[in-house]
Amino acid sequence: MSLRAPLRRVLGAGSAHEGVHHWWAQRLTSVALVPLTAWFAVSLLTLPSFDHATVSAWMHGSATALLLILLVLVGTWHSQLGLRVIVEDYVRGAGARTVTLALLTFLHALLAAAGVLAVLKVALGGAA
Amino acid sequence: MPQRPISPHLSVYRMTRYTLATSIFNRFTGVGLSCGLLLLVYWLMAVAGGPMAQARAQRLLGHPLMRIVYAALIVSFCYHLVAGIRHLVWDTGHGLERAQSQKSAWLVVAVSIALMLAVGWCVFAGAGRAP
Repeated sequence: MSLRAPLRRVLGAGSAHEGVHHWWAQRLTSVALVPLTAWFAVSLLTLPSFDHATVSAWMHGSATALLLILLVLVGTWHSQLGLRVIVEDYVRGAGARTVTLALLTFLHALLAAAGVLAVLKVALGGAA
Repeated sequence: MPQRPISPHLSVYRMTRYTLATSIFNRFTGVGLSCGLLLLVYWLMAVAGGPMAQARAQRLLGHPLMRIVYAALIVSFCYHLVAGIRHLVWDTGHGLERAQSQKSAWLVVAVSIALMLAVGWCVFAGAGRAP
């Protein structure tokens, strides 16, 4: 007799206990990153210069700040998902793999927080 | 732990054919873009740090050798974007036949190289303005 609820089986949560969550998150973030990165690339190419006044005036716009925050958050999430699979594929030994995955997760959380903080600081700061 | 071969295998397939090369290059460029993410956050923090901090960062970011990094990022971005779209098409269940995936592999290479040239031209042609 199986103790697994039928719903568990339908949801596909096997021994990894998470089913298709990783796969689905990777697809969602990649779809979101197509317009976000395209917008960012075009924005950088059309900025008249990279001096502080120009860049901070650009980041001061609400739409720019919003899209930059989304780019940082979705980008770090997607990066974390991708690098995680590479570590799972190539890092041998449970200990080394766990430590590498933990470090990767911390690093990405740090990057996401630092990026969002930086954008907010400029966007909410005084006049550019 | 049993000594099983690690997936995906890099040495047991013919790289010259088609799909393995496009797949593993997608991984390499993904890692490259993760490094680009570091650079993006560094730049955002520099801007948030004020004019002095940004001027300091700009000396590093504007260094001639950084052009190699930007070129690598352009190659990575264009390839990963186009190859990623191919993966999304696959996820709908289309284009998975061998002949189709062979054809789309070449399409990915052709489109991404065209995109690389276009973006690279925009970035490096206006050289005085480039970061």
